[in-house]
Amino acid sequence: MQAQTRRPTRLFRNLSAKIASIPMILTALVIFAGGTIWTVVYSFTNSRLLPRLNFVGIEQYERLWSSTRWMISIQNLFIYGICMLIFSLVIGFILAALLDQKIRFENTFRSIFLYPFALSFIVTGLVWQWLLNPDFGLQQVVRDLGWTSFSFDPLYNTNIVIFGILIAALWQGTGLVMCLMLAGLRGIDEDIWKAARVDGIPMWKTYIFIVIPMMRGVLITSLVLIASGIVKVYDLVVAQTGGGPGIASEVPAKYVYDMMFQAQNLGQGFAASTMMLLSVLIVLIPWAYLEFGRRRHG
Amino acid sequence: MRYGLLTAAFAASVAFTTASHATELEVTHWWTSGGEAAGVAEFARAFEEAGHTWIDGAIAGGGPTARSVFVSRLLGGDPMGATQFNHGRQAEELVEAGLFRDLTEIAEEDGWRDIVNPPSLLDGCTLDGRIYCAPINIHSWQWLWLSNQAFEDAGVDVPTNWDEFVEAAPALREAGKVPLALGSQSWQAAGLFQVLMVGLGGPDVFNQVYGDKDAEFSAGEEVARVFAAADDAREMSRGSNAVEWQQATNLVISGDAGGQIMGDWAQGDFQAAGLVAGDDYSCLPGLGVHDVIATGGDAFYFPVLDDAEKSDAQLELARIMLSPETQVAFNLKKGSLPVRGDVDLEAANDCMKKGLEILAAGNTVPAVEQVLSQDTVTQINDLMTEFFNSEMTAEDAQAQFATIISQAD
Repeated sequence: MQAQTRRPTRLFRNLSAKIASIPMILTALVIFAGGTIWTVVYSFTNSRLLPRLNFVGIEQYERLWSSTRWMISIQNLFIYGICMLIFSLVIGFILAALLDQKIRFENTFRSIFLYPFALSFIVTGLVWQWLLNPDFGLQQVVRDLGWTSFSFDPLYNTNIVIFGILIAALWQGTGLVMCLMLAGLRGIDEDIWKAARVDGIPMWKTYIFIVIPMMRGVLITSLVLIASGIVKVYDLVVAQTGGGPGIASEVPAKYVYDMMFQAQNLGQGFAASTMMLLSVLIVLIPWAYLEFGRRRHG
Repeated sequence: MRYGLLTAAFAASVAFTTASHATELEVTHWWTSGGEAAGVAEFARAFEEAGHTWIDGAIAGGGPTARSVFVSRLLGGDPMGATQFNHGRQAEELVEAGLFRDLTEIAEEDGWRDIVNPPSLLDGCTLDGRIYCAPINIHSWQWLWLSNQAFEDAGVDVPTNWDEFVEAAPALREAGKVPLALGSQSWQAAGLFQVLMVGLGGPDVFNQVYGDKDAEFSAGEEVARVFAAADDAREMSRGSNAVEWQQATNLVISGDAGGQIMGDWAQGDFQAAGLVAGDDYSCLPGLGVHDVIATGGDAFYFPVLDDAEKSDAQLELARIMLSPETQVAFNLKKGSLPVRGDVDLEAANDCMKKGLEILAAGNTVPAVEQVLSQDTVTQINDLMTEFFNSEMTAEDAQAQFATIISQAD
């Protein structure tokens, strides 16, 4: 009798669902966790073309941090990351707020803004490589219009090349942020707007102090999407500049790839990818702690 | 069932009667420019004449890109029939891992040791006394290609050495031309630099830096002169706006650029464009200072395959590639020098003859890929492309270069 009244243990609740998710759990453990651990372990070896367990301590990391190319890559990722985060959120939100004014042809505009997102980074990179080419693109068009001293060639200028890449990335990515934001705005109750209007609060204040704080979920989704896009940026750089001029637009993901497959130095590539993982974790762990930890405590 | 047996018997009889059964063999390489493609077509023709099928696996984007594809395929268990590498250390670990076939048997049968000249080429294919690749051509980096048209337009004589070229640079600029065409890929900048090293410093300097990896010497005065010349070259190459080496070569072919430092593979493109050596373009081996060329080049490696027929076809292909007729046909088209000292290159043009003379005189240095690991090569590439595309001083670049050499293996 006692056995019947006792509640089933947590482990066997929803048993079929748990069995069904075993393959995915195994994949995650073996492929993601296993692969990650393997990479970290081999980053302490002097593996060249083939992985070898010949440990050399932190030699690979010492070389990594004394390499100019890696430092430039990190610096580029930092500039690109911060600008990308700020601009795509701000531009995305402004576009969404404008579209939310019940304008005519809203669907058309939404499609136009979202369209670049359907293109791959490779295509985006090639398109902007041509647009920013000083002999054929934007610079030449403005010069043909009469401003003959106009100069805009970010892709051929070592100091600002990363902004040339940023322009292409923003063109490609803000459409998606706009759509997410628009969905968030549509989720705001009409009554709140009415109440704000009755109280005589100007529209921009309503947006900043009432609407945006209510869109927390959408903001976090956008943030995660943008941030993951920042860390893995690779194909855009390859298509647009190939890391050039010189090594001015190198990024960490490209360093990893080039070390592993062109320099035939797996150990160095693994060390670089471990550092990339570490930097992601430094951002992710405090956030996850805040997000999930807070919820558990009610 | 009976039908199946019949076809099997028929197939067997065919296999026994004709020694060379038509076999498909995929050959991967990175030869995509005009002269290169014409050269590789000669191999394909000879191989198909022997009754096999050549499946062309050309990979665009240059050596580094193609090699990473080859390596992934080999390691991923999807080997091709034969694949190109530069002989030297690029495929070293793949050979050690037992991925490539041992060719020692046919090499001894055909006497490769006696016919391959210089013998150092075969050494690049040898590991622990066994031969793992078939060298097929000699490529040297040490060439300065000059457009006679460009110098005529600028109103100066075609230079006969590096210093005259540097002096002529302002006149070329005035005539609206880029004095020295240079593509933006990193290996091109590094190649230009090592040519300056051997051309201006001479083989001893080159050997001490790249061969002995003498870091102290690399930081010293003699190498400083090479860096000063690299500084000149950087100034002269501004405004090239080319990426691939072919684009830079095209600037020379069209007369929009004065010259280009590039390996002798560029010659294939001059020929494909219908230019005549001596009349339309000039060449200065060793920059006209030291008559030296490096004996790098291409070699074919043959992955271990399970299929017996394909394995036989691999050996046949190796033989065809080294046969006198294909050596002549291939190298004439591609603009490289043959690996055999015993073939007659009557049809060779002026520039190739200069190369053959230097080779016969034994004025050679090893290629950089033969003495440095790919890792070190990539580090030097990174440094040089940074130097050529920034305002970095020659002193800073030299200091970094010496550090790389001190860690080189």
